[in-house]
Amino acid sequence: MGMTISQKILAAHAGRDYVEPGELLNCKLDVVLGNDVTAPVAISEFKRLDLDKVFDQEKIVLVPDHFAPNKDIKSAEQCKIMRDFAGQYGIKNYFEIGQMGIEHCLLPEQGLVLPGDLIIGADSHTCTYGALGAFATGVGSTDMAAGMATGEAWFKVPEAIKFVYYGKLSEWVGGKDLILHTIGDIGVEGARYMSMEFTGEVIRNLSMDNRFTMANMAIEAGGKNGIIEPDAITLEYIRHRAKRSFTLYKSDEDAVYCEIREYDVSGLEPVVAFPHLPENTRSVSEATGITLDQVVIGSCTNGRIEDLEMAARILKGKKIHPEIRTIILPGTQQIFLEAMRRGYIEIFIEAGAAVSTPTCGPCLGGHMGILAKGEKALATTNRNFVGRMGHPESEVYLASPAVAAASAIKGKITPPWEV
Amino acid sequence: MIFSGRVHKFGADIDTDAIIPARYLNTFDPQELAGHCMEDADPEFPNKVQAGDIIAADKNFGCGSSREHAPIAIKGAGVSCVIAKSFARIFYRNCINIGLPILECSEAVDAIKEGDQVEVDLKTGKITNLRTSEEYQAIPFPEFMQQIMDKGGLINYVKERKGS
Repeated sequence: MGMTISQKILAAHAGRDYVEPGELLNCKLDVVLGNDVTAPVAISEFKRLDLDKVFDQEKIVLVPDHFAPNKDIKSAEQCKIMRDFAGQYGIKNYFEIGQMGIEHCLLPEQGLVLPGDLIIGADSHTCTYGALGAFATGVGSTDMAAGMATGEAWFKVPEAIKFVYYGKLSEWVGGKDLILHTIGDIGVEGARYMSMEFTGEVIRNLSMDNRFTMANMAIEAGGKNGIIEPDAITLEYIRHRAKRSFTLYKSDEDAVYCEIREYDVSGLEPVVAFPHLPENTRSVSEATGITLDQVVIGSCTNGRIEDLEMAARILKGKKIHPEIRTIILPGTQQIFLEAMRRGYIEIFIEAGAAVSTPTCGPCLGGHMGILAKGEKALATTNRNFVGRMGHPESEVYLASPAVAAASAIKGKITPPWEV
Repeated sequence: MIFSGRVHKFGADIDTDAIIPARYLNTFDPQELAGHCMEDADPEFPNKVQAGDIIAADKNFGCGSSREHAPIAIKGAGVSCVIAKSFARIFYRNCINIGLPILECSEAVDAIKEGDQVEVDLKTGKITNLRTSEEYQAIPFPEFMQQIMDKGGLINYVKERKGS
């Protein structure tokens, strides 16, 4: 019987030729990731093991991005725990402020995650790397600690849902709209414990940045991983980034899926997820006119260069509505620099947006754009739970950079074609 | 392990931001986190929860972020066990890893009311509502997970294997 790409990657890392859904495997890991919120807990657990070394100094990645640059004294202490640990144990891939970026923008950019890899990260959006044809999944801090010690983790081989997208995307529609549309269809637990495999002609023609956005939000449907078969677009992306060998896996023709869902996305409008769940989706036309207080463009979902390109295209020569606070956060230093070279930063500032150093800050209500009671934000982030960006009585609408930029200009949710 | 406690009920899709809002994640001290446990779902919860209490929730409990602070906050608040119709994957794994007992049982969640006194036998998966004497059967933990729990979590388990 054939295997899916996810089965194949898990099998290869367990030293097996064939594995089937439901099997429990102990697998070797290629990358173990943590951030300033999750790594301190993992380090505290790791230290209980009384080990003088980690399993591999090259394969652990530590990124201070959530409450960094340090937002307060407690956050500074947490970042220091991670920095000290990185120094003490000789962790090669620790990224200090000035080099760091939002982890899920940074690791692919730096070539630290590659096709065929098995990756765990103590951050739920670790599933982002599935866009490269890797098996990547979020875990908690204790799994990260055990991973740092042993280089291994146990996995239950997931069943898979295959999503097939066909048709032609209209001008303002991209990865964010496809994934929100999918979550709206199957719900926030529609793929609980499962592998989400994104396929079809639309995916084949989708850029890497848009693919990252899709895989990134697999967790918002409860998915264990989101994955896209690597192809010429993947290879072009990693060509100058990969510094080690990698393996390309593809699902077999006779691979078994528990469900296949097909979407004709011709005519799909930009999608907006209403408070307080990513599954509460409507088309932008149905959301038009909702007044806003803040717009955030950035995050591990939409903080890449194409996202900023889209925002710049819409904001060029325009002014942001005077009652809207717009915060734009390039995902990494490299993305920031590239945006500057292309003139996007000037466009943003002239339009009246604040441009920030990379941080997860506002997405999780950490810092850099917290909402007051009763305020509404439209964000290109991934979650709109109660209190996610601030006060429990604030509201978050999720959408693409195109909708976000258009809405910033009008002060209310606006389709991109109306500005 | 058998637990007995008073039930606090919650609805569907309780996410980890509701269990412990990110604004408190600049610490991982269990008692500090416990002081804000479930605060965005029920602001009174940190004040009314007592040692041994049980949480009963609808589907997809613990969805969202991977923060282990969520089960740490629940455990720190003294909650002995969480029963839900289903758990989000990372939260489920984190509970096993830190030793917070959990069980999936839709029947029990539907029947049990806020404030009921409930007894849970983790080994057999039997849940008893002491108010009504009704019994519900959850699927007990597989043996290797019980082992991780018995050792007090994954780190102790790994420590023992490393030593052998």
